[in-house]
Amino acid sequence: MTWVNDVVQGLLLGGLYALFATGLSLMFGVMRLVNLAHGDLSIVAAFVALAIVDTVPVNPLWTVLVVVPLMFGVGYLLQRGMLNYTLRGGDPLPPVLVTFGLSIIIQNLLLEVFSADSQGLDAGRIEDASIRISDRLAVGWFPLLTLVVGIAVLAGLQLVISRTRLGRAFRATSDDQETARLMGIDNRAVYAVATGIALATVAIAGIVLGIRTTFTPSVGPTRLIFAFEAVVIGGLGSIWGTLAGGLVLGVAQTLGAQISPGWGVLAGHLVFLAVLAFRPTGLLGRTVPA
Amino acid sequence: MSATPASAEVAAPGGRRVQRATLASRVWLILGLLAVAVLAAGPLWALDSALRTLIGFFTLLGFFTLLALATMWNLLAGYAGLVSIGQQAYVGLGAYGLLYFADTLGLNLFLSVLVAGLVGALVAIPTAALAFRLRGGYFAIGTWVIAEVYRLVVSNVSQLGGGSGLTLRAASEYDRTARLFATYELALAVGVGAVVVAYVLLRRRLGLALTAIRDAEASAQSLGVHVFRTKFLVYLVAAFGCSLAGAVIYLNLLRVQPEAAFSVNWTAFMIFIVVIGGVGTIEGPIIGTIVFFVLQETLSGYGAWYLVLLGAVAVLVTLLARRGLWGLVADRTGWSLFPVQRRLQDLHPSEGR
Repeated sequence: MTWVNDVVQGLLLGGLYALFATGLSLMFGVMRLVNLAHGDLSIVAAFVALAIVDTVPVNPLWTVLVVVPLMFGVGYLLQRGMLNYTLRGGDPLPPVLVTFGLSIIIQNLLLEVFSADSQGLDAGRIEDASIRISDRLAVGWFPLLTLVVGIAVLAGLQLVISRTRLGRAFRATSDDQETARLMGIDNRAVYAVATGIALATVAIAGIVLGIRTTFTPSVGPTRLIFAFEAVVIGGLGSIWGTLAGGLVLGVAQTLGAQISPGWGVLAGHLVFLAVLAFRPTGLLGRTVPA
Repeated sequence: MSATPASAEVAAPGGRRVQRATLASRVWLILGLLAVAVLAAGPLWALDSALRTLIGFFTLLGFFTLLALATMWNLLAGYAGLVSIGQQAYVGLGAYGLLYFADTLGLNLFLSVLVAGLVGALVAIPTAALAFRLRGGYFAIGTWVIAEVYRLVVSNVSQLGGGSGLTLRAASEYDRTARLFATYELALAVGVGAVVVAYVLLRRRLGLALTAIRDAEASAQSLGVHVFRTKFLVYLVAAFGCSLAGAVIYLNLLRVQPEAAFSVNWTAFMIFIVVIGGVGTIEGPIIGTIVFFVLQETLSGYGAWYLVLLGAVAVLVTLLARRGLWGLVADRTGWSLFPVQRRLQDLHPSEGR
């Protein structure tokens, strides 16, 4: 019966991966931009939360109220002040180079400011509390909360995209940027809001990560890779696919780690490669990678 | 494929000719060949094996291997539009290939370098088959994931030393100075060879195909350019070059660990060098490697700030001067040290005006 426990823990871990993948999926969907600093920005959020709880004695869960709007602002300004300039001309090289450069800058700035020490956010009793279902199976409250938050964020985003004016602008610029502009949509502002929302979800993911585990300035790329794998496994351009991808990745890593501790992350990579080889549109994807 | 004419100028109909070389490029070619000859003869005039001399060769060795890596990355990203962040896979495979063939199978140390390069090219075939399903930014992360897979597999194989790595034992059979000089010559050959291969490939039909793909992929395909085959070929060449360079680097360092050999920093350095020097030009990686070494020597005391600065320069260059330092020079002077383009010249400018 241990495998039931592994699958359940894997699904809960997958909730965290889905949370990380949401922003990556949104930015790619709206403007075909792959932000290679995605993972590092989540670590920035975790360090900002750490700086807050070091100054004001509050539970790190409350830092969401400050860090999420802050990261929205960072995303908005980053897109308007820098990333929009990389999208001109449709050349795929500048966005990759600029966001990769940002990734290196962020990692080394964090290293200079906060040192290479492992840090963690202490959220108190909720971290250890769990619901016992049987002798072999216990579900932690915090991982469960993570999964619920992940689903809520994805559902909220789905609602925004399908029901609001902003969502219509997202879909319009995604389908045909030129025509959207002719119809009076300011695509640069739309992109900035999309990146703002993406970084707001990244902020939640970073704080959750900081509470669940320890982090250092250099763990951002690993987060980016897991988020990317969740997006591709689930299928590009599919919100619920991203959730499915995160869950599959989480289960693959947990089961892989049971075979041998060194094989957890590798098992996730292998599932990703298998999807790429046999079902490149992903589990729930409708579009081919563009 | 039609043969490339031996002469630099080709007669074209209507009293015109196709010009491929300029006076400046010929002068620079001669100067370049002289420089390579002087560098190759380096160990001959370095009669003493004082520590300072050896450090000098050590530095030059690093320069040439990095030049090879940067030139290969430029071929991928600057010409074939394949923005890979996974070239560290081939540095690592080259390093481990060298150790495996030299130590475990007992092959000649220097022959093992070549075999390690071939191993990299061989592994590149299935890698490309998977990674080519992704495009643009997702191709970039995809190649990174595959490099991570190779790192994790190597870390889990105890015959390859697992996570703690291996030491190249076969190297101890050689005298230290002699081995350094031999490695230096190999590094020079790999560095100069990479530039020459890039130049020759781009002057041939492949260069035209790549230019067409870069400008308009769909149109190129409709005109009969084999887009997939062309990109695949460039990917294999880059994998071979990076694996060779990786083998030479670790022939010098002797100690291989998966974390270091498969570190994404290798690709980060390739990217910074090419972006700062000038992406999509053969001169760019050469200028970039020189700038990179000067910065490294002057700023090595500043630790992480050095990488912050390097990243910031790369971001600014991409945003403000997309063709890098060489682009700025070429725009002002019209120089082209490695002319790959064809210029149509009137033989009788007075007629028909």
